[in-house]
Amino acid sequence: MKIKHFLATSALTAGLALAASAQAGEITVVSWGGAYTKSQVEAYHKPWVEKTGNKIVSEDYNGGIAEIKAQVEAGNVTWDIVDVELSDAIRACDEGLLETIDPGILPAGADGTPAEQDFIEGTLHECAVANIVWTTIFAYDSSKISDGPTTMADFFDLEKFPGKRGLRKGAKVNLEFALIADGVPAADVYGVLETPEGIDRAFAKLDTIKDQVVWWEAGAQPPQLLADGEVAMTTAYNGRIFNAVAGEDKPFEIVWDGHVWDLDLWVIPKGTPNKDLAMDFLAFSTATEQLAKQASYISYGPARKSSSPLVGKFHNKDIDMGPQMPTAPENLTNAVQNNFDFWADNADQLNERFNAWLTN
Amino acid sequence: MQDSSTTTPETLVTADGVPLKQKLIQSTRRARLRALLLTLPLVIFIIVSFMIPIGQMLLRSVHNDTASSVLPNFAIAIQDWDEQGLPPEETIKLFVLDMQEARKKREIGRTVGNLATRINYEIPGSRSLFTSSSRKLARVTEGPYTEALLDINKKWDDPVLWRSLKRATNDLTPYFYLAALDMKYDGEGNIAEADELYQIYVSNFWKTLRLSATITFICLVLAFPVSYLLSTLPLKTSNLLMILVLLPFWTSLLVRTTAWIAILQTEGIINDILVFIGLVGEDGRVQMIYNQTGTIIAMVHILLPFMILPLFSVMKTIPPSYMRAASSMGAKTFTAFRRVYFPLTLPGIAAGTLLVFILAIGYYITPALVGGEDGLLISNLIAYHIQKSLNWSLGAALGTLLLAIVLILYWLYNKIVGIEKLSFG
Repeated sequence: MKIKHFLATSALTAGLALAASAQAGEITVVSWGGAYTKSQVEAYHKPWVEKTGNKIVSEDYNGGIAEIKAQVEAGNVTWDIVDVELSDAIRACDEGLLETIDPGILPAGADGTPAEQDFIEGTLHECAVANIVWTTIFAYDSSKISDGPTTMADFFDLEKFPGKRGLRKGAKVNLEFALIADGVPAADVYGVLETPEGIDRAFAKLDTIKDQVVWWEAGAQPPQLLADGEVAMTTAYNGRIFNAVAGEDKPFEIVWDGHVWDLDLWVIPKGTPNKDLAMDFLAFSTATEQLAKQASYISYGPARKSSSPLVGKFHNKDIDMGPQMPTAPENLTNAVQNNFDFWADNADQLNERFNAWLTN
Repeated sequence: MQDSSTTTPETLVTADGVPLKQKLIQSTRRARLRALLLTLPLVIFIIVSFMIPIGQMLLRSVHNDTASSVLPNFAIAIQDWDEQGLPPEETIKLFVLDMQEARKKREIGRTVGNLATRINYEIPGSRSLFTSSSRKLARVTEGPYTEALLDINKKWDDPVLWRSLKRATNDLTPYFYLAALDMKYDGEGNIAEADELYQIYVSNFWKTLRLSATITFICLVLAFPVSYLLSTLPLKTSNLLMILVLLPFWTSLLVRTTAWIAILQTEGIINDILVFIGLVGEDGRVQMIYNQTGTIIAMVHILLPFMILPLFSVMKTIPPSYMRAASSMGAKTFTAFRRVYFPLTLPGIAAGTLLVFILAIGYYITPALVGGEDGLLISNLIAYHIQKSLNWSLGAALGTLLLAIVLILYWLYNKIVGIEKLSFG
């Protein structure tokens, strides 16, 4: 009797839960936190919740595909849609950890261009759809350094600009920066890195500032390091520095020389119980209007061509967002796109060497 | 009388005629079974949460069936290859067909991407060769397959690659232990030392042992007088002191670690005081955290109670009259301490050092927060492979080595000190 009763109640509860999920679903959206997640909440989450009546749980992480892999392999997927870097999206897709995405579900551009032509080349993938173009730049506090650095070489010049440097912990981007500072034009960086001598050269350049480096891991750290005076200059995601300047009136300056830009993409872990909702959110959030709206909250470039003309000013200040974008022509004079093939091939080995270099 | 000498002595029976002995065995067995049942939840818990994961870890460190499950037919055929030149056309045909099948099925954990990751450990830079070739192979429908493969990418013309593939098709591999000991396979398939620039694990194991020993020693030096004081003071004061010892013990680990960050960092309290009293200049602030010093300071603080408590419990049992007796027989204070008191505390010292050392050797969160770069321990590298690089097999091999080191040290300890002498109070 007891068991029967228990079964009846649990069936009832399950039924209720099902009914509830049919009415208003809930998805977990995972992104990088801080100012970046805030821009997505304003531009994607709130309008979607308002339109569909579903709920969104927003979670933060520090990148990588470890959690996705663990969830998918354990068959217990709790993240419905995740914002990842390109090289991670491709690796996870290759390993069968992601749902494939039919570009047909993406809405056409505001001007009627089909999605496949509207997205910038290289931003649509088998299992991923890009939302933004972001970049790693370096920045300094102009109230502390008056005649500031202008080139990547200055970042590595401890005599001209003494003081600590902030760098992201890991080989990626740091090796590129080191070579650019050593005189390699940004466009040729990966050609040089393909050779063992090129890697030695990059590490040798990093050696020159090693004892002055403060390593950061989360995107929200570098603006804080600068504000606290823990470092004289630091590499950072450009949007984080821009938001510290525009949102909190920090006297930070961005140096665009030698920046290495990359994409952030939405991916959907394979086997999520909320796949349809996640797909709907993905299509909604990468529409022309949403991408353009996001650009008014943070200085990352929209992945759709049709969004660019709609990008205006910062949401509560008179700052033109156009020149703040990584893709603005004047910011691209000495810049390079992160080579995902190179990093997919060499990340394991170079991170190993980076860790050995770091501890010895 | 004669009767009783020839027949067996009459056995005692209970009221219902069962021999008493049997009845006794029955009832004790039932009691034992009941006792066992009471421990059953714990036994199950230990099996599920401890034995099985450790077994899985051991298995994962030597067992990797990625290659043989992605390329099942090729895995059998390649065993006949003599490792000279390229494998025969028939074998390469199976390779191409297996690759096409894997790409079509996209089974989790058995994709071309998984295979690419596996081979990329041994031959860095081969990952994209597998994934991009797999895309192009979809169009290859007829032989000669060797030619088709070489047309797609010249890199396939390398016996080193095929040797590595053949090795990988063995489900049992020592590769991850080699990697964990800074070794690798060279192009010929022989075991060789890894390039010096990529060596990290052996030196880190030594560093972990060295730091743990240092931490244990500092804990002992600090804890000994405190425990002595605790055990000799009048109850009222010693209780107060005990609370001071236990208070940090009850505080969250993260809170204590971050408190040390606030105290020790270059813009922190100690540096501020040093600058204020003029001992160091504004530019000369001392780096006390995010290095080995920070790890040692924070870990000593966190592990100190584990040394104090066993020491205290042993010292409490040493009657003060022993020391008085020693002095009455003419021993000076130090001699009395050395010959009488100290030997009596040895069980406590043994327990405390073992406890602190074994806790320190596997410590993760504190070095991760305050260790910076050179204060990182082996557990942090294991975490790196589990969370970041996703090379779980290497992480498992490192973990197993760590476990082995602990067990060997425990065995040595038992030989030297004797585990039965340990007293945790």
